[in-house]
Amino acid sequence: MRAQSRLGLFLLLTPLLLWLTLLIVIPHIDMLLVSLRERVGVGEYRTSLANYLTFLTEPLYLWTFLRTALMSVLATALTLLIAFPVSYYIAKIAKGRVQSALFLLCLVPFWVSELVRTFGWMILLRETGVFSGLLQWAGLVDGPVEMLYNDVAMMVGLVYTSMLFMVVPLVTTLESLDDSVIEAGYDLGGSGPSILREIVIPHAMPGIVSGCIVVFMLSLGNYLTPTMLGGKESLWFTELIYSQFIVRFNWELGAAFGFMLLLLSSVIVWAVLRLTGQTLEKTMG
Amino acid sequence: MLPDLECANLTKTFDATAAVRDVSFAVPPGAFFSILGPSGCGKTTIMRMIAGFLEPSGGDILIRGKSVLNVPPNRRPVNMVFQHLALFPMMTIAENIGYGLRRAGMPKPEIERKVGEALERIGLPGIGNRKVDELSGGQKQRVAIARCMVLEPDVLLLDEPLGALDLKLREHMKIELKKLQSAFNTTFVYITHDQSEALVMSDQIAVMNHGRFEQLGTARELYYRPETAFVAGFVGEANRWRGKVERVNGDALELRTETGIVMKGARHGRALNPGDSAEIFVRPEAIRVARDEREVAHFENRICGTVTSLLFNGAASRILVRDDGNGAEIEVAIPQSGDYATLSRGASIHIGWSGDQANCFPAGSA
Repeated sequence: MRAQSRLGLFLLLTPLLLWLTLLIVIPHIDMLLVSLRERVGVGEYRTSLANYLTFLTEPLYLWTFLRTALMSVLATALTLLIAFPVSYYIAKIAKGRVQSALFLLCLVPFWVSELVRTFGWMILLRETGVFSGLLQWAGLVDGPVEMLYNDVAMMVGLVYTSMLFMVVPLVTTLESLDDSVIEAGYDLGGSGPSILREIVIPHAMPGIVSGCIVVFMLSLGNYLTPTMLGGKESLWFTELIYSQFIVRFNWELGAAFGFMLLLLSSVIVWAVLRLTGQTLEKTMG
Repeated sequence: MLPDLECANLTKTFDATAAVRDVSFAVPPGAFFSILGPSGCGKTTIMRMIAGFLEPSGGDILIRGKSVLNVPPNRRPVNMVFQHLALFPMMTIAENIGYGLRRAGMPKPEIERKVGEALERIGLPGIGNRKVDELSGGQKQRVAIARCMVLEPDVLLLDEPLGALDLKLREHMKIELKKLQSAFNTTFVYITHDQSEALVMSDQIAVMNHGRFEQLGTARELYYRPETAFVAGFVGEANRWRGKVERVNGDALELRTETGIVMKGARHGRALNPGDSAEIFVRPEAIRVARDEREVAHFENRICGTVTSLLFNGAASRILVRDDGNGAEIEVAIPQSGDYATLSRGASIHIGWSGDQANCFPAGSA
């Protein structure tokens, strides 16, 4: 009996273990090894930290790295600011069918691929696009306006792409907040902002943190949106990785970049968890 | 004396249905006032209107003589203990109790002192730093009351706060609540569907049904002199018959039930004339049981019957007696003095009750 249940457990775990080892652990170990070798001649390699040194000494790489991190933090913050009222409305104010309809509306854009969604934004924002045409028609501008290929367009795209991943955990945690707790706040003399600060936000903290982690990671690792909506100046770190692997064929440097990105996201997630006093179990459970 | 809380012709309609219809009452200072009614009778609606979470469709709410209709809930001098208490789980006990004081802008040392006093008062000193989920049900209850009482409200509203507790604790908390009320000397307005909670604690009880007050009175009045058939059926337990009035003699009636029993009843001033159909309520505990017919000889209503069931429930044990004459079943309380401990099914027994104990109401009034 015990042997049987062991076997059952093992069989159930097998797909997960295969997934973890084949797709995550082995490639990463290999990547780490690749990032730690230096090409000294044709087909000749030696182990060194040269790739990481290159990363640290080249200002463009470092600057892009920091910019990507800061922009991702900004995108996360903006997503939170927009998603919180939306989630609050869905979870606490809307009732019954309206509630499910609104939730579905948040989901609808995700039925098409990210590529198509991004093209949608391009249709709206480009020089010959809808907004530009609308402004000209209204007589607010004289000529066509280019709204694509800048940081704002890229930020819009990033926030739009991540919205759902913030709304879902927020709605879930806010729904678990008993209405009578909010009413008790009012009853005891609390005002709207003080209830938000002292009751709603502390309660929603696990949802806020888990939403932020997901959105931050998605933004940091996004390739499509910065490439398509961002301009020449808006270089994203994933684009650097791509160009090292695909354009330059410099897998060693690309792997080192990849590890720097992994390190960066880990450090920032850890810092956010420490700052908010949350644990990974609490936010992801 | 100016009443602490007064509701005048209070009405609330949701869409087309009236949840509260034309309810008026006044609660004197320091009183324990209960609204008792089945679920869906509108009692929670009244409470939420007093607290300010619902706008009345008509009528007025006055607290210490001043209308509070245009006062938002966070400015009303009333506080509410919620059904599931609604303690703030993200705060410690001290922060919970101090919340209202912080919001009122009281300086920190004074908040600390007041919170300490409140904890002392509810008999839980030194638990200020604990988390809400570390407390037992009864302790949470007391904290929820303290959280309101530190604000010294004119009226404390309690929305079935004992509903979530187990039976033993509920019995204990009834006494506790009554003690807390006299300790704080504040007006309590308590709503419940549990009649024993209302009867035990209240100075005044309003029995509510279908959005209206059926009767307002003390526990004794409701129990002994129900004014409507609904109150007679809802407060306490009762054997219930339908019958026709045959003769009227002052307050005393003679009736014949549908099952054919002829019995004496009392109308206590209600309009009942010969030929009217009536509802008759007799409490199981108002019926005397005897093995010997002579013991019940002085009662106007006597039945000789057979015990068909024993419903043992400790002090509230009952028997079902079937009338040997016409087969009607009557529920009778049996005294737990030991005399009837050996009573068994099929035993022959005599029961009797006075006509005064049979409350009669015009049929169709409930």
